[in-house]
Amino acid sequence: MTIKSLEDLRKIKAESQIQTKARKGNETQVIIGMGTCGIAAGAREVLAAVLEELAKRNLNNVSVLQTGCIGMCQKEPLMDIVRPGEDRVTYGPVYPADVPRIIADHLVNGNIVEDLVVAKIPNKE
Amino acid sequence: MALVRAHILICTGTGCTASGAKDVLAKFEVELKAKKLREEVSLVETGCHGFCEGGPLVIIYPEGTFYTRVKPEDVAEIVEEHILKGRVVSRLLFKEPLTAEQVPNYDEIAFYKKQHRLALKNCGHINPDSIEEYIGADGYEGLAKVLLEMTPEQVVEEMKKTGLRGRGGGGFPTGMKWMFCAKSPGPKKYVICNADEGDPGAFMDRSLLEGDPHRILEGMAICAYAIGSDEGYIYCRAEYPLAIKRLKQAIAQAEEAGLLGEKILGTDFNFTLHIKEGAGAFVCGEETALMASIEGKRGMPRPRPPFPAVKGLWDKPSNINNVETFANVPYIFRVGAEEYAKLGTEKSKGTKVFALTGKINNTGLAEVPMGITMREIIFDIGGGIMGGKKFKAVQIGGPSGGCIPEELLDTPVDYDSLIAAGAMMGSGGLVVMDEETCMVDVAKFFLNFTQSESCGKCTPCREGTKRMLEMLTAITEGNGKEGDIEKLERLAKSIKAGALCALGQTAPNPILSTLRYFRDEYEAHIFEKRCPAGVCTALIGYKITEKCVGCGLCKKVCPVDAISGEPKGKHTIDPEKCIKCGACMEKCPFKAIIRG
Repeated sequence: MTIKSLEDLRKIKAESQIQTKARKGNETQVIIGMGTCGIAAGAREVLAAVLEELAKRNLNNVSVLQTGCIGMCQKEPLMDIVRPGEDRVTYGPVYPADVPRIIADHLVNGNIVEDLVVAKIPNKE
Repeated sequence: MALVRAHILICTGTGCTASGAKDVLAKFEVELKAKKLREEVSLVETGCHGFCEGGPLVIIYPEGTFYTRVKPEDVAEIVEEHILKGRVVSRLLFKEPLTAEQVPNYDEIAFYKKQHRLALKNCGHINPDSIEEYIGADGYEGLAKVLLEMTPEQVVEEMKKTGLRGRGGGGFPTGMKWMFCAKSPGPKKYVICNADEGDPGAFMDRSLLEGDPHRILEGMAICAYAIGSDEGYIYCRAEYPLAIKRLKQAIAQAEEAGLLGEKILGTDFNFTLHIKEGAGAFVCGEETALMASIEGKRGMPRPRPPFPAVKGLWDKPSNINNVETFANVPYIFRVGAEEYAKLGTEKSKGTKVFALTGKINNTGLAEVPMGITMREIIFDIGGGIMGGKKFKAVQIGGPSGGCIPEELLDTPVDYDSLIAAGAMMGSGGLVVMDEETCMVDVAKFFLNFTQSESCGKCTPCREGTKRMLEMLTAITEGNGKEGDIEKLERLAKSIKAGALCALGQTAPNPILSTLRYFRDEYEAHIFEKRCPAGVCTALIGYKITEKCVGCGLCKKVCPVDAISGEPKGKHTIDPEKCIKCGACMEKCPFKAIIRG
């Protein structure tokens, strides 16, 4: 790496900021139910699929969070999508194969994947 | 490669390393691998967060959860609960010392809320071993702006406009210093960073060097461009091995990236940097002694003028600034002098980093805007006095500074107000003392330090500090005489006037300021042979009162068998045998033993 100009410096800055992006809270979130029930139903694989899909699509401004059991164990693995200013949507059961579709349709384009929806939590604002 | 969804930041500054951060780090590595999480979670070593009291510190993002005093045994639980299942391990969260309230997030704890971190901005938030992370945090932008858009004269002018004053203690305007050196004729000039931090209780420079070494390099390079220098030295004490390691690494990275060395950023500006390890002599923090030491001579000061700006290292014009001063420079040139000068008071601009130590709840580093009151620093940020005791005084400025009593706690903290109060900004060490501190003993402690660190070159300092220390020792041992206080005052004034360098000139400050605010304690020692705080062992004794029920605990705990008495009868202490260790008083469950 040699920095010869301001452009070079800015390029490295942008690359570095992508690497450390997860240290800032994002308003766009993917939340995965990682209670014992969720993990037993395959939430780990779903989480791995989410991370892979986000990396593939270069989506760095999304926080991937986990949550515990919400009591709807029969619908696990559960996955929530939160987009700023919109309702929080819970999907389930979600399998790794469903992940690319939810991310593409809902997270990126804002179209809720109705056939997998379990519940919608109205936005407080 | 999958996306990294979480970052675990572990402080491996000197403080946290001492409390076991390396073991915690190793354990995280093992646990993450065992749970097959290593790929999606990044483990980052950072520099000091300044909250050393709670070390080892672990911060987990994206949530920003702040765990304190993490032990290797806790790691498995954090990985299992937090990293895997997303549940905060609440027993490890920080608790506010005054309210016992748990605070989950880093930004919300009172210790950080009142701080304004400019110099320390990256400390604890980036990996100090990574130049990319520094660049990602706006690093080297100030240097780029200066090299590509400004002339050296403009840089000096801009620096003068900030009103920044030297953070090493003296408070000399940095812009003026740069201007003098820039105007000195000659093709060869040096930039020197004074990292010989030696005040007892001060560790802000160490934390900066360990936590954000590139910031110092960038500040020095900007200075070199402004004054027309192509070579610099960082004089760092050898007792800071981690700081030196990280500096060496940072210099190598910057050279590889073309941000140090020749033709920096494609311009004609060249700048190379060396590290000189000091052997830990306090006097080498004095600029002329420091330069003598770099030259390979014995570290002793010489009379000024000529000032280093005219005749410095190897007789070439040189500019010396302290670590914290340089740490402010990149920010200044990124945002501009006007923006910087908005912070602080009229005559003291910007922020200052203070090292909080002593009898305070939140030991650590606090960076605050100039003009904040001492009360806010100690009680809001510092969390008040340990064990709910009463505040007595705060010693500021190390062995060159003075003590500030309770009634002056609301003075704004800036260079001039502190001098008026008989103390000085110094490097920013704050040693907080409670009601159980003897002020004569404190003066003796600091004088003992300056006396043993005196280089011996000039008579006032060499002989004067020794005589003053003898007198203080006599006073604390019960051998003080009438007239001693006046003699101390006279001697202190002569040393201040006659000593060659700042070490001697400021050595009497701890005595003068304690005499100014706590004269009654000196008088109690001399005339009543009494130490009001109960610290000076020669002046105290222990007595067993009527409350004694004869349980015999004191007798058991006494290391010299000075206590006698029958079971269930009142015990007594033989003053001839008693060594005044105080163990009996601590142990007595009935508070029957008193000092007096």
